[in-house]
Amino acid sequence: MSTALKHIVRFIVFILVQVYVLDKVHIHYMITPYIYFLFILWLPFNMKRSVLMIVAFLLGITLDSFRHNPGFHAAACVLIAYIRPFLINLLIPQEGADTNYQEPSAKSLGGFGPYATYIAILALVHNAWLFLLEAWQFANLWYFLVKTLLSTIISLLLILVTEIMFTRKQKFRTNTV
Amino acid sequence: MRNIFFFIKVYFNLIIFLLLQAISIYLIVHYNRYHSAVTTAYLSEVTGKVNTQYNKVEYYLQLKKTNDSLVKANEQLYNKLKADFDLPDTVSKIVIDTMKLDSLQPYRKYRYMNAKVIYNSVAMENNFIELGRGATGGIKKDMGVINTNNAVVGIVTDVSNNYAIVMSLLNKDSHTSVKLKKSGEYGTVVWDGQEPNVLTLKEIRKSAKVVKGDTVVTSGLGLIFPYGLLVGTVSEIVPDKSSNNLFIKIRSAANFYSLQYIYAIENLKKEEINKLLENAKKKAQ
Repeated sequence: MSTALKHIVRFIVFILVQVYVLDKVHIHYMITPYIYFLFILWLPFNMKRSVLMIVAFLLGITLDSFRHNPGFHAAACVLIAYIRPFLINLLIPQEGADTNYQEPSAKSLGGFGPYATYIAILALVHNAWLFLLEAWQFANLWYFLVKTLLSTIISLLLILVTEIMFTRKQKFRTNTV
Repeated sequence: MRNIFFFIKVYFNLIIFLLLQAISIYLIVHYNRYHSAVTTAYLSEVTGKVNTQYNKVEYYLQLKKTNDSLVKANEQLYNKLKADFDLPDTVSKIVIDTMKLDSLQPYRKYRYMNAKVIYNSVAMENNFIELGRGATGGIKKDMGVINTNNAVVGIVTDVSNNYAIVMSLLNKDSHTSVKLKKSGEYGTVVWDGQEPNVLTLKEIRKSAKVVKGDTVVTSGLGLIFPYGLLVGTVSEIVPDKSSNNLFIKIRSAANFYSLQYIYAIENLKKEEINKLLENAKKKAQ
């Protein structure tokens, strides 16, 4: 399967799972389980940053369209797509590792620790920006903080389950790119 | 020019990021009633603060004019004092019983509150006035607004905690129910968006006796203004060939160029009347 096709399939699957499975799950009125943004975290290393942001915007606006409430997820997705390269640069073990592997994973980032940090920070940023936009003010700070934290924990659990269930094959490529 | 391209090249990613965020936030504010309401309230608080500062300077420069208008208003009030009227000898003195009976006791229907104008526009298609008094000062939505000489200025449309927005008569959405003082014909005053201080009076039939210089006052039919507040004087009458109505231009009584103080009018019986109207509507259905 070509890389582009693989990502398009992922896009559709993530959106469908988010809209028709996770959005129907109501754990508590505070918590919405989010996982669709994992698509952005799995995009390949060699993607240009501007393209990354546009793809993220498309993902967000698609989900927004399903919810008939445009803007919220698009904004959050664009934000994590923007800070993703910074984070990868900080966490990547040695120079050139991003050319050895195709996309971020526990293997390519050199261990479970850095990969967990990568996922956790971006999930937190995504949820925080999303809920901030939904609240549109700082009136209820505790509610906002608790909601963000709980939703992020649920997101991380979901991502962990996904990683275990669907192991991605990570081919080691030689440095001759 | 080369520098601009260089700038775009260096900050390309940041520009794309900000652009996409801006689009998202525009969509959020545009499609969500709650978000746009909060934004409007917040923005009017901010612009209110800036406008207050600016108005302090402008107010000082216009002190003389303001003073003149206040003197005029005082003069009007002095002329209404009871002490100015001597009763002729032949008339017997009227004594009102000090015991109050419900049926005789007059009730207050309108209350006036003064407010400072901190921003005022006349040059746009839809003009607004901003007041330095808001919900905490008792200003509510749909209150009528007049200037110090009892001339109609507009209607309150938005209220935040400390500021209020008034849609002035110089606004295309403004419709005021009025009456010709002399002949008693009812009509509607609107603005065509062209000349400040010149309004249009609609819905007066050709059979009505209208002369140049006639006074136009509020009809008192709506719940917003009491009867008899000045709106303007007739300045031009054109028969409308396509309909049975006259096309009348009136000069507004309020000078929108020099507003400093206004009074907001609260109709204290509004809720009661609204309730009654709702009941009547329910019965009619």
